[in-house]
Amino acid sequence: MATSDTAMKHDVHEHDHDEQHLWEGGAEPFKASYGKLMMWYFLLSDAFTFAGFLITYGALRFSSPTWPVPDFVFATDPFGLSATFGKAPLIFVTFMSFLLIISSVTMVRAVQEGHRENKRGVFIWMLLTIIGGLGFLGCQAWEWTNLIKTEHMSLTRNVFGTYTADGYVLNHEGEKGESFREGESYLIHMHSPGHAAGHSEGHGEHHDYKKGDQPGYVLDDQGFIHHKYVYTDGPYKGQTRVQEFGPKAFGALFFFITGFHGFHVFSGVVFLCIIALNVLSGVYVSRKNGYEMVEKIGLYWHFVDLVWVFVFLVFYLL
Amino acid sequence: MSHLTYEESKQRVRYGLVLLALVTLVEVVISLFGKGHIWKGAHGNFWILAICGLLITALSLYKAYFIIFDFMHMKYEVRTLAMSVLLPTLLLIWAIIAFFHEGTAWKNRREQIKEKNEAPLKTSSILQKEDTLRPWG
Repeated sequence: MATSDTAMKHDVHEHDHDEQHLWEGGAEPFKASYGKLMMWYFLLSDAFTFAGFLITYGALRFSSPTWPVPDFVFATDPFGLSATFGKAPLIFVTFMSFLLIISSVTMVRAVQEGHRENKRGVFIWMLLTIIGGLGFLGCQAWEWTNLIKTEHMSLTRNVFGTYTADGYVLNHEGEKGESFREGESYLIHMHSPGHAAGHSEGHGEHHDYKKGDQPGYVLDDQGFIHHKYVYTDGPYKGQTRVQEFGPKAFGALFFFITGFHGFHVFSGVVFLCIIALNVLSGVYVSRKNGYEMVEKIGLYWHFVDLVWVFVFLVFYLL
Repeated sequence: MSHLTYEESKQRVRYGLVLLALVTLVEVVISLFGKGHIWKGAHGNFWILAICGLLITALSLYKAYFIIFDFMHMKYEVRTLAMSVLLPTLLLIWAIIAFFHEGTAWKNRREQIKEKNEAPLKTSSILQKEDTLRPWG
């Protein structure tokens, strides 16, 4: 009797002790370390932020009668493909996607080497990941520069408009020129006196444009050339119309969403650099946890790739 | 943690690289086909565009699944952890439906307003209405 009593007391004591131990963080929920668990929940919240942006894009696109066609807007590249073939729709962004996929794969390799406690391997694969990330950022910088400097897109000005019916553009003298089909987009060029060859290179001819309302175009105060066109179909059939700027939201959405993603890539590269240096200095060797820090930044890096899958889908493919 | 040997997991990574690159390439080809770049006849066809869009979305979701479960090792985590991260994203399904519906409603409303603005003012009908109603007597 007495012995069982003490045994019971002992049990209770043990139980209390266990609970104390649990409340102080003794057991890891879901058998994952706190760091990894919190990284997962951070990524979940970040996914909602990106989803909010992309859904906004969708809602505004649905709300506009026209929307710039992505394979027309993103048909330029720095390799000279578009100059040779006239256009290279989506080729450059596909290249950017490959860069991110490759850097994601090198990150997986870094994590694997971490599990084997192979310091040299982790560092080398992380270095390759950093190079991939920097390459992606470089590409994005080129894309933005091209849009801003060459095509004069801004947060509030969308130089890409879209035709709502079949028709033809009027040439310089106001006569029937090239024809277009419903749903095709056009780019409103900026007139640059002096080196007019700049963007009319593709046409092989260039004119001097005069300000104001001319037979074939309207040159506005900011220097944009709005060509005139005639619809041969639809409710405005036979009317001579002037090319207008596209839905304003496009520019703002593009710069905000790709900018937000680019900022994630940039901060990812910064964290990768810090952790790569820590790897090199041997901080994680003494922790003996299979380079868990590399695994955590790996989660973040894969998430950046994951988000790009959807940005790529929404902005460029659909 | 991983149940594969070192060699096996290295092979798995190579498989992942080829898979993701191929799926991305297929997506771009489908997208360009839908816009009429590969076959001119597809241009402006709503149904071709819609089916291509659905295919691309499905492929993107597959890519997302592969990245999360393979590259981010979600398949080696406890099931409850995976559910606590993945289930909340289901809320987005409703957000997508609701906001796309809202966007379409904005567009309809705008068109309505535009129509009313463009319609010539029918003075005669207004007078007629006044004639028939005459709320003041």
